[in-house]
Amino acid sequence: MNFETIIGLEVHSELKTNTKIFCNCSTNFGAPPNTNVCPICLGHPGVLPVMNEQAVDFAMRAAMALNCEIAEDTKFDRKNYFYPDNPKAYQISQYDKPIGENGWIDIEVNGKTKRIGITRLHLEEDAGKLTHVDGENHSLVDFNRQGTPLVEIVSEPDIRTPEEAYAYLEKLKAILQYTEVSDCKMEEGSLRCDANLSLRPYGQEEFGTKTELKNLNSFANVQKGLQYEEVRQEKELLAGNVIGQETRRYDEAGKKTILMRVKEGSDDYRYFPEPDLVRLAINKEWMDRVRADIPELPDARRERYVKEYDLPEYDAMVLTQSKKMSDFFEVAIGQGADPKQTSNWLMGEVSAYLNANYKEIDEVALTPEGLGKLISLIEKGTISSKIAKKVFKDLIEKGGDPEQIVKDKGLVQISDEGELRSIVSGILDENEQSIEDYKNGKDRAIGFLVGQVMKATKGKANPPMVNKLIVEEMDKR
Amino acid sequence: MSRITKEEVKHVANLARLEMDEAEVEKFTTQLDDIISMAEQLNELDTENVEPTTHVLDLKNVMREDKVQPWLTREEALKNAPDQANGQVKVPSIFE
Repeated sequence: MNFETIIGLEVHSELKTNTKIFCNCSTNFGAPPNTNVCPICLGHPGVLPVMNEQAVDFAMRAAMALNCEIAEDTKFDRKNYFYPDNPKAYQISQYDKPIGENGWIDIEVNGKTKRIGITRLHLEEDAGKLTHVDGENHSLVDFNRQGTPLVEIVSEPDIRTPEEAYAYLEKLKAILQYTEVSDCKMEEGSLRCDANLSLRPYGQEEFGTKTELKNLNSFANVQKGLQYEEVRQEKELLAGNVIGQETRRYDEAGKKTILMRVKEGSDDYRYFPEPDLVRLAINKEWMDRVRADIPELPDARRERYVKEYDLPEYDAMVLTQSKKMSDFFEVAIGQGADPKQTSNWLMGEVSAYLNANYKEIDEVALTPEGLGKLISLIEKGTISSKIAKKVFKDLIEKGGDPEQIVKDKGLVQISDEGELRSIVSGILDENEQSIEDYKNGKDRAIGFLVGQVMKATKGKANPPMVNKLIVEEMDKR
Repeated sequence: MSRITKEEVKHVANLARLEMDEAEVEKFTTQLDDIISMAEQLNELDTENVEPTTHVLDLKNVMREDKVQPWLTREEALKNAPDQANGQVKVPSIFE
């Protein structure tokens, strides 16, 4: 690579308020089109917006969790543009006095920590939703989303690789979820990301011309789109061409970026202060109240898992990536389950099931109490880990109480020495050849015999005990 | 000296999606020029010790509680739409 890559990310995240930012309409996702609307969000003449206090609190909480300085004096501005999803022909946003500025988050790529600056976080309203009907010469507008509070988070040009962009997004999402200000569901549009990328020769101070990527529907596609764009721009530059200031979209099927439009000059939004809203003065008391609501953030939790539960760094990192998974872990170990075993189950069986079925941890029947109890049953020796996998399948698909399932299905591990010894004895009687092999030094014979005992007990025999008894019995013969 | 050019008027008209013929451009250039000079009178005031403001009201932190209150039915909401289909507002096709 002859060039240095500069990446900037702009993330929009819907805030989890009950009502819209300037009116009392519900923000409920999935309601029938145009049922959560009123004259205010529809932009009827003469109506007045009134600020939702919860939206300001959430924006402040997010800004604080992202280490931003909070503006003591902040205001709102009109951003003017025409588009059918924008009924007022302007969006109420923040121009020169954002709620938060100069923040940062730490990301980790290839085991190295890097600090990425956050230029600003501001509060604004979302637009309606446009749907284009294929083959028709019209589009349809649903204004339910119009007026949903959003925070826009802009990164400093600190990101240097598509991998760092991915790590930044993961971290940002985790923080927004931990602080419970947003659901961050990309598939529902509650988290959206635009990315821009430019190249410059190493050592050059000024930035090259950047292209902007839109319609990125997953973090993986942000990374792939940026990877493609990085190579494309390099080829263009090496061929002596000039990079145009363009907006491009990532085509998932073709795995490439496609030109959407060429930007001519800077956008002319004619920002001016919103006369229908008064300024916000944020004093220390207000800041303290909001700060008190910030829960333990992913980095702190991760550190605690290593210290308190003795988990390996890797486990702690994976578990704390999502708040749901991490909360699940905490409830499960609260049942007395061993933390490392719980971590193994969550990162192993549970994640495998979730990935295979495209589900989230809160979308399956398995409860943290259920998993905790299941692990305790293995630790107590009530069931073998092999049986546990069968019980687990039941738990994650149908739910229930592991103790009850084990009882009902008669899966309790046989650890009674007398009972096992007689089963072992019977198996040995049927397998004289194996005893001979063992006496001739073929240790493999033991494995075969253990298998036979497990088969006879339908997997319920306590494996270490069976092993021991087989050796003892054979030595007697 | 003119404070605003015809080109600027055309540019602003285009941003506001207003169609104007040459005579109108001429008329509005003169009118806007007059409006700007009227506003310029404010420059004569001494504002040395006045804090800049963006609002005429000396109010701060006017906010509401986050409580849902339905207002319009869908039928009412769509009454002003020039065209509709499937409970949505029908607009000329938009590609992005």
